[in-house]
Amino acid sequence: MAKVTMAQALNTALRDALREDERVLVFGEDVGPLGGVFRITDGLTRDFGEQRCFDTPLAEAGIVGLAVGMAMGGFRPVVEMQFDAFAYPAFEQIASHVAKTRNRTRGRIGLPMVIRIPYAGGIGGVEHHCDSSEAYYAHTPGLKVATPATAEDAYWLLRDAVADPDPVVFLEPKKLYWSREDTDLQTREALPFGRAAIRRAGRDATLIAYGPSVPVALAAAEAAAADGIELEVVDLRTLVPFDDETVTESVRRTGRCVVVQEAQGFAGVGAEIAARVQERCFHSLAAPVLRVAGFDIPYPPPKLEHAHLPGVDRILDAVDRLQFADEPDTRHLVKGAVA
Amino acid sequence: MSVKSLRQTVQGLLPSLTPVRFVAEDGTRVARPSADYTEPPLEALLEAWRRMVLGRRFDTQATALTKQGRLAVYPSSRGQEACQIGAVLALRPDDWLFPTYRDSVALVTRGIDPVEVLTLLRGDWHCGYDPAVTRTAPQCTPLATQVLHATGMAESLRRKGEGGVAMALVGDGATSEGDFHEALNFAAVFRAPVVFFVQNNKYAISVPLARQTAAPALAYKGIGHGVRSEQVDGNDLVAVLAVLAAAVEHARAGHGPVLVEAHTYRMDAHTNADDATRYREDDEVEQWRSADPVDRLETYLRSRGALTDEDVAGLREEAEELAARVRAGMNADSVLDPLELFDHVYAEPTPQLREQRAQLAAELADTTQAQED
Repeated sequence: MAKVTMAQALNTALRDALREDERVLVFGEDVGPLGGVFRITDGLTRDFGEQRCFDTPLAEAGIVGLAVGMAMGGFRPVVEMQFDAFAYPAFEQIASHVAKTRNRTRGRIGLPMVIRIPYAGGIGGVEHHCDSSEAYYAHTPGLKVATPATAEDAYWLLRDAVADPDPVVFLEPKKLYWSREDTDLQTREALPFGRAAIRRAGRDATLIAYGPSVPVALAAAEAAAADGIELEVVDLRTLVPFDDETVTESVRRTGRCVVVQEAQGFAGVGAEIAARVQERCFHSLAAPVLRVAGFDIPYPPPKLEHAHLPGVDRILDAVDRLQFADEPDTRHLVKGAVA
Repeated sequence: MSVKSLRQTVQGLLPSLTPVRFVAEDGTRVARPSADYTEPPLEALLEAWRRMVLGRRFDTQATALTKQGRLAVYPSSRGQEACQIGAVLALRPDDWLFPTYRDSVALVTRGIDPVEVLTLLRGDWHCGYDPAVTRTAPQCTPLATQVLHATGMAESLRRKGEGGVAMALVGDGATSEGDFHEALNFAAVFRAPVVFFVQNNKYAISVPLARQTAAPALAYKGIGHGVRSEQVDGNDLVAVLAVLAAAVEHARAGHGPVLVEAHTYRMDAHTNADDATRYREDDEVEQWRSADPVDRLETYLRSRGALTDEDVAGLREEAEELAARVRAGMNADSVLDPLELFDHVYAEPTPQLREQRAQLAAELADTTQAQED
């Protein structure tokens, strides 16, 4: 076991993918000799040559459009969008072509490609550098959407994304790039792509989180445990495919659910999750499904981001509103009434 | 770079001052065709003429089918046959073509079954043919996005080293889109073997060229990107074929991309749903009628003794047979399986899509049951 950062895990994943499959190419802005602004592609041009990892002109639609043509031509492009909001010029390519080519061609042409996007906030970035754009992609049929919360997942989700026959939008939580953990990347312990992980087991309520919100949810669970409340933390890992099974099983068991996301709440992924949980777990629920999200504002300037980002306290407030302490557990009565 | 070599570089990129032309509107050979291009051999011109007559008949048949409600919409190519057919004939079958929604005549010329070409416009599926087998991308509706795909494909072909070329067809309006410029820039930087072929038919739906660009010609958009450029009379098949053959050869030889602008005219409205009398004068349309590409080539070939009345009559008969085949294909009701909707979203359907498929299957079974009752 060795200490690795998420950034190192991603770099190793790209390295291993380039080594194992000559169709894999890495390209984008500054990914060559510089190694990317976050150094995720560090050393790849040096070690694999500029035919395999190369800089492109500065144009995001161009990068993604080029990747579409190259995937049609038999390659497996892994492109970097540098920052979340910088990907918006490429949105037409992503929504109209990357997502739809398999469908348009009635299954004859798939686009095995990965669009890596460092996303979300918490790093004191200036505007356009901290957007949570996952809902745009998750709302687009034909795309898969992954977002790791651990170094081990960063490695394996990216390996799985590169190997996937379909396009994957790979959202990397910037603030977790430098978080370290003990893990042996060579031994696969990570779940398959499309399965959610239970990061902490608990009986009293389920916190559902993904990407940058997972460590916050875990910290909240740690704090709640001090008060005798055991929170289960589910890390979705992929937003598409969505793992209804793990989520549903957990909430049916705990009877209470809070969805945590850093993105603005309105029409976000958390709204979708809350609706799904409500539809599937209604008879097991002892309280309404609550959401803890960022406010419905454009991402704030760095000195105010602390006021926007959902933290441990906001999560614990929501847990309080689930009324553990002063209400008896009526779940079994509800079940009995139904039966 | 010295001033001398800079001047050479600039001149190497610049298009000719007037569009390259071999045959005038009246079908006579122009006095001094461009010395930079070679007239294609007679057999190639005869083949092109054959394809143009068939292409026009296909086009008028498709337009007629919209009036019968068999096609949801059809963007006519009438007047642009020299461009679309010249483009396809300049390519080898293993080169890649990236067409727009207006390029149905190009696809028929490429050898794709006419009924499969019309699948998109008929409303069956978004693309009826197999792009991998035909080396023809799906017809692209968003503007200029496919120009980047052609560039990516060209870069793939360059890396494979088999001498393959990609050609993107694009309209005048689409040259204002960012993707068009990004594609030119990328292709030039990568020296990708791609030909950008602009069919300037003078209107982007209703917006005339003067409201689209202030450039002296769209061909000049190449030079800022370092892309060799040319302009050609788009209603003169001889010139289109000569210029595109040279452009494809340039790209194939590894000298980088080429931009070719063809000056042509869309004789019909944007689609059957559009009223072209609201934005252009009859006089203008009539003027272009006298520049018709099919008539022009026929007159030229007759003047060279390469065509007889018998040849013309024979081909007209063949064109009628094609039209009858298209009618028969389109009049046969297509059999579509709604459950296939879930098959091509991902290589493997997600659990949610499997649930939705089951839901639709149940709904369909209920409907069938109700009909039987």
